[in-house]
Amino acid sequence: MRHHRVLRVVSKFLIPFIMLFGLYVQFHGDFGPGGGFQAGVIFAAAIILYAIVFGLDHAIKVAPPRIVTKFVAIGLILYILVGVASMLLGGEFLNYSVLGSTQQGGQHLGIFLVELGVGITVAATITTIFYYFAGYRGLGDEGKE
Amino acid sequence: MNTILAHYNYWIVILLMMLGFYIVIAQGNLIKKLIGLNLFQTSVFLFYISLAKVSGGTAPIFDDRFNTFSNPLPHVLILTAIVVGVATMAVGLALIVRIRDAYGTIEEDEIDRLDEMP
Amino acid sequence: MIIQFVINITLLAFMGAVAIAILKVRNLFAVTMLSGIYSFLAATVFVLLDAVDVAFTEAAVGAGVSTVLMLATLSLIGENREKVSTHTPILPLIVVTITGVALLYGVADMPAFADPEAPANKHVIPRYLEDSKEEIGVPNVVTSILASYRGYDTLGETGVIFTAGVAVMSLLGGTFWRRRRPREEEPSEGGEG
Repeated sequence: MRHHRVLRVVSKFLIPFIMLFGLYVQFHGDFGPGGGFQAGVIFAAAIILYAIVFGLDHAIKVAPPRIVTKFVAIGLILYILVGVASMLLGGEFLNYSVLGSTQQGGQHLGIFLVELGVGITVAATITTIFYYFAGYRGLGDEGKE
Repeated sequence: MNTILAHYNYWIVILLMMLGFYIVIAQGNLIKKLIGLNLFQTSVFLFYISLAKVSGGTAPIFDDRFNTFSNPLPHVLILTAIVVGVATMAVGLALIVRIRDAYGTIEEDEIDRLDEMP
Repeated sequence: MIIQFVINITLLAFMGAVAIAILKVRNLFAVTMLSGIYSFLAATVFVLLDAVDVAFTEAAVGAGVSTVLMLATLSLIGENREKVSTHTPILPLIVVTITGVALLYGVADMPAFADPEAPANKHVIPRYLEDSKEEIGVPNVVTSILASYRGYDTLGETGVIFTAGVAVMSLLGGTFWRRRRPREEEPSEGGEG
């Protein structure tokens, strides 16, 4: 991709906006279409675009697989922790009303954290899947580039 | 005639479903089978979302200007189903890569032939 | 109303044409692109049917991620024409025809399209739509059902995504770390591996 100057310049310009849009969709899922899944996919698309245009090695320096694979689990754990926290505070599993001082406040907090967990897991999983597809070297041809 | 016009969405959705189903069972190439499965899934989503539409309604987001909304429950179910579909497709594609490495081909009848040989 | 009908029929007809093209075309690269077009058309139909969240997800996932993963697979496999099949598939045609006729017969019995009095819109939906304002206070009903009323299903779905990630890591992961680690641990080796 060294010779595709237009692609490199335009994607360098666009990738921060894509990530920002992903964050926007994540946190405005309450007021319009959006939510965890869409935001996770958009965020992963930004990283995939970077990997396609600039090479997998540069993308691995930016988002190292060791850390990204940990995030796959962190989102799911966050979701479960919200449920366990509501159990500890007196309600049933995943009953958000007990998380805040009012019922609506608790629900807002619960929905916020749960969507964040879903978004983190989805973004990390799609990035991980892409890394493993793009970095696959085959069983018999190591040393071939 | 009234029945046909009242359900026009569903007829086309069933046609798409059957096209996807045919691709899954009749084509021998593994990647085409997977894409046919994707087609089938998307037409099922269309079916559910057609069930959810309410005439005169709008998207199910509260606003003071509207008071009829489309049925939000199938939207939720299909949201889950779409993401499960992409997860299945990712695992299926990974399996195809490994099958290619093991057998050297991704055509179903050649794989069967290679399996029968001792 | 009539414009919606016309646009609906046109988009669905396009989808049918793309599906038939996927059936007939033998170049796998073209088939991948056609499936991306199919997902995108489906997302547009979803917007027409007032399902904006679903359209968003279908466009991002179907026309985005799926296409990228399929292209990655095609590049790993290295071939992009499928073989010419030598037999006519009579049995699949019979199965598909029987299933299609049965489904058409079943659909004729359904309530009319977009009927506000259909049983699918009764039962628990009026309760969700009316009580969501006081109980949860979030304007997007789909989010409130997804995260709060049916939060347990979303937990299971996140588990499914997690499992898919783990499955792909175990299937394709054997050579990933073997390639990466020498470069990370010995950067002075210089462009090798």
